[in-house]
Amino acid sequence: MQCQSCGLRPATVHVTRIVQGQVEQAHLCATCAQENGEIEIANPVALLQSLLANFAGQGPTLKTETEKRCPSCGFRFSEFRETGRLGCPSCYGNFRDELEPLLRRLHGTTEHRGKLPARRGGAFQRDRRLQALRRDLHEAVAREEYESAAALRDEIRQLEGERG
Amino acid sequence: MQFGEHLASARSAWTSGRGEMADVVVSSRARLARNLEGFAFPDRLTPEIALQVLGRVQGAVQGLGPGWSFVRLGDLSNVDRAVLMEKHLISPQQMQSPEQAALAVRDDEALSLMVNEEDHLRLQAFRPGLAVRETLDDALRADDQLEAGLDYAFTPELGYLTACPTNVGTGLRISVMLHLGGLVRTRGIAQLLQVLPKLGLAVRGLYGEGTEAAGDLFQISNQITLGQAEEEVTASLERAAQQIIDQERAARRMLKEQALEQTQDRVNRALGVLRYAQLLGREEAMQLLSELRLGVEMGMLQVSPEVVNELLVAALPGFLTRTIGHELQTLEERAARARLVRERLQKEGV
Repeated sequence: MQCQSCGLRPATVHVTRIVQGQVEQAHLCATCAQENGEIEIANPVALLQSLLANFAGQGPTLKTETEKRCPSCGFRFSEFRETGRLGCPSCYGNFRDELEPLLRRLHGTTEHRGKLPARRGGAFQRDRRLQALRRDLHEAVAREEYESAAALRDEIRQLEGERG
Repeated sequence: MQFGEHLASARSAWTSGRGEMADVVVSSRARLARNLEGFAFPDRLTPEIALQVLGRVQGAVQGLGPGWSFVRLGDLSNVDRAVLMEKHLISPQQMQSPEQAALAVRDDEALSLMVNEEDHLRLQAFRPGLAVRETLDDALRADDQLEAGLDYAFTPELGYLTACPTNVGTGLRISVMLHLGGLVRTRGIAQLLQVLPKLGLAVRGLYGEGTEAAGDLFQISNQITLGQAEEEVTASLERAAQQIIDQERAARRMLKEQALEQTQDRVNRALGVLRYAQLLGREEAMQLLSELRLGVEMGMLQVSPEVVNELLVAALPGFLTRTIGHELQTLEERAARARLVRERLQKEGV
């Protein structure tokens, strides 16, 4: 069945309207259906590309950024703007500054809160805890709370000892 | 189990037609994206290194226990690959360099693993009906077993690192396949499809990104993979699915109350064509099967939903070609499709 609107493409959207008890039917292709406002299908790839296009227009520092390469795999960030894909896992660290605003736009955050790998997760958990303790220690010293600072220092030493 | 059995049968873990909310929810799926540390993403691997990745994954698959097959796509014919794609077990992405890609699949097809897709690993769990939490558990358990033998690319800050930043973090895409025949026919669908993206949910057709919602089947999934735990994401998808189910059921009630004869007419005409047509095109078959499905879901027809699901897969070109045994011309394909549908419905006594 061809689209009733353009007559060119196959009709894949079949709309039935019930208006005051009368049934009206329309057989449309996806393109015409979208244009007529019958459906709107979200396209994550287009979303990403439009986000990337926005970032591409971000001023004069862009030139030098695009020349930067990932030391691990030789990937250039300009390639990411074309494909939407990175070169290797290390690209995340190496293009951190470029990726951070994008991650914020896509996910609203840059912080993982989900699963840790089962086997290696223990070490990551410990690292996460150590990071937090060191920050607390720094703050305790700044506030001249030496007693709690000492307690924090002991806890850090113990965790570091476990890590070996 | 012989690998050939996966190719011969249109049945899958998701086609049984059973499960919760099966009148609207065809299936639930959880997908985890994982990559190996120390390797470039699949797009950028040389053939030799890609084979190293395949080798490592093949080793780790042993840890998943008995009942798994591992097959390199390069060892399969084009038709066999088309069949596996129609069963959602492999993806078009993998077809770009099939000799570097592989599939691991459990006998019941409830769990499978695409190797060297956009990411090194794409683990999938399927269940019929609304069972997103269960599919998540299935996937996470298999993920732990795989990780025992593999070093995943992971950082505590960003989580699991993926080729595309849209998947980074949990690497989780949790989705439900819904048959929204009622909402499509009462125009409620337009509104729904506008609201979902605002709730952080993506809508796709039956065959993933960029495909049309053929046969009124819509795949709803989460967009966000960073900053929310897997269980949180799954729970909010389940809540959204529940609301859509309620809307779809309301639309069907409306059809019953305001357009019963028209609806019955469409369902019965669809059955008539499916039962007696000599030639059936792919799009036509999809659309007629959707009418048939709606009739079954609304209690107008006594056909097992499993038969509808099986026909949906079996009437696809790859399956037909494999059943007939040689490449099909257009007319031949339409004839083969019509015969398959006719005979299956006759066998069901409809």
